[in-house]
Amino acid sequence: MTETEARAQRIGAPVLAVEEVSLTFGGVRALTEVSFDVREHEVRAIIGPNGAGKSSMLNVLNGFYQPQHGIIRFRGREFRGMKPHVAATMGIGRTFQNIALFRGMTVLDNIMVGRNLKMRGNLLQEAFWLPAARREEIEHRRAVEEIIDFLEIQHIRRTPVGQLPYGLQKRVELARALAMEPSVLLLDEPMAGMNLEEKQDMCRFVLDVNDHYGTTIVLIEHDMGVVMDISDRVVVLDYGSKIADGTPDQVRSDQAVIDAYLGVAH
Amino acid sequence: MHLLYSIFVDPFMQMGHAPDLLVQTLWDGLVSGVLYALIALGFVLIFKASGVFNFAQGIMVVFAALTLVGLNEHGVPAYVALALTVVVMLVLAVAVERAILRPLVNQPEIILFMATFGLTYVLIGLGELIFGGDPKVMISGELGLPSGSYRINMLGGYVQLQKIDIAAAIIASLMVAGLGIVFNRTRIGRALRAVADSHRAALSVGISLEQIWVVVWFAAGVVALATGIMWGARSNVSFALEIIALKALPVLILGGFTSIPGAIVGGLIIGVGEKMGEFYWGPLVGGGIESWFAYVIALVFLLFRPQGLFGERIIERL
Repeated sequence: MTETEARAQRIGAPVLAVEEVSLTFGGVRALTEVSFDVREHEVRAIIGPNGAGKSSMLNVLNGFYQPQHGIIRFRGREFRGMKPHVAATMGIGRTFQNIALFRGMTVLDNIMVGRNLKMRGNLLQEAFWLPAARREEIEHRRAVEEIIDFLEIQHIRRTPVGQLPYGLQKRVELARALAMEPSVLLLDEPMAGMNLEEKQDMCRFVLDVNDHYGTTIVLIEHDMGVVMDISDRVVVLDYGSKIADGTPDQVRSDQAVIDAYLGVAH
Repeated sequence: MHLLYSIFVDPFMQMGHAPDLLVQTLWDGLVSGVLYALIALGFVLIFKASGVFNFAQGIMVVFAALTLVGLNEHGVPAYVALALTVVVMLVLAVAVERAILRPLVNQPEIILFMATFGLTYVLIGLGELIFGGDPKVMISGELGLPSGSYRINMLGGYVQLQKIDIAAAIIASLMVAGLGIVFNRTRIGRALRAVADSHRAALSVGISLEQIWVVVWFAAGVVALATGIMWGARSNVSFALEIIALKALPVLILGGFTSIPGAIVGGLIIGVGEKMGEFYWGPLVGGGIESWFAYVIALVFLLFRPQGLFGERIIERL
């Protein structure tokens, strides 16, 4: 149990929290007064049956959706609604459930796009390819190569991502998010559609990112085994409401959760 | 039989008999092709990054050229006027982003297309209001562009090359090379391509769509200015120039709407095709086919390769 204790020690104060967030699309209630927090260095999972509002929650966190009610707290600041640009600037990175890569570009270019906010060069320098622009390019290229090594995708550097198999595309997406050097990483079903081996790889990478970079991770996942193995705490959503929140063990034995998954309550 | 002979044999005999004329026709075709390519380039830039087919690209060419000449007429030195015109194109880009793109984001493409019609008329009105509707003479001399021509004796005759055309070709190549570097090697270029590929992924890494739109519209404005100067130097600057936007259509069909190399190659093919068609096949129908021959080329092309030479193939799952 020492490893678990060591992890528990690293986990700090809440960095990200939602309070009574409600989101509706026309008459459809996607989220109803959901509140939870995410602590520094934590691996926090959001689970729930299909249509429970998990992806909506993630989209609220990085500002793709604006909730009608409730607030989002991030590092001491309070937001009525987040904006994607602001979220990215403050260090919230994310991946998507249905891979959203730049299909026409190589793996390298895709990850370099992730450096966008870290690069400072102006249009004039870049248009004339001045030494300053070239230096910056090389410097960021180095950071990207490090991530490429970290995620073991050296061999596909120059491949256009559209040609890659699904599992590798997911990994490239993770790499692009990591290139932002995020302090919080939102992963929308990082293992969906993967085979067992790919899932194990992805699990290892998620935990490595969490350990190595100290990145706080919020993930949505369907595979219960995976969630229970890698998460520190789990939020359970059903029909847009929170029905449970706690450690994997607590959640697993919660009657409401069992009902929701087995369909007893409905 | 005679008809077939005059279509398929006679023109090529003529080419063989007077190779210098053939070279001259090819050169003339390449030169107008460069200008078509520049106009198409303006379209491609905007279409790639914002998915908008910008009907106003033609009028942007006129507007840029008018601003340049108009400022010079009011006593502003040529190079200062050039710099100021670039600033005007930047202001235009910001205004378009604020007034058209931002309020209409996520609307169907046809809505944005219609909005660029509106923009066309706003620019025509604005241009006439400020600079008047009379044709103006491009200030090519003041800008240091060469005039006159080289006469090269070759192939038993001679070929005449206008210096301004050579300058146009060089400037166009430099611009294309510059755009190529920016697109492929720099942060902004990658961001542009990223936005073209996926809005939400681009947003998630903190690329601001608004900023990218301003950048592409500004780039298209600068391309329009270059086109306006080159074109204005060959005829003059008037609102009649606006119809050259329509010449970009066959170029885009040929080259594909999303490809910069496509715009260049397409422009050159259309330019050469037009001049060759007019010179060798035009007399068969009494001449004057230059104005519509490009569309025929595009139409034939469309039958065999609807996505264009370099366009992305559209494959849809059924």
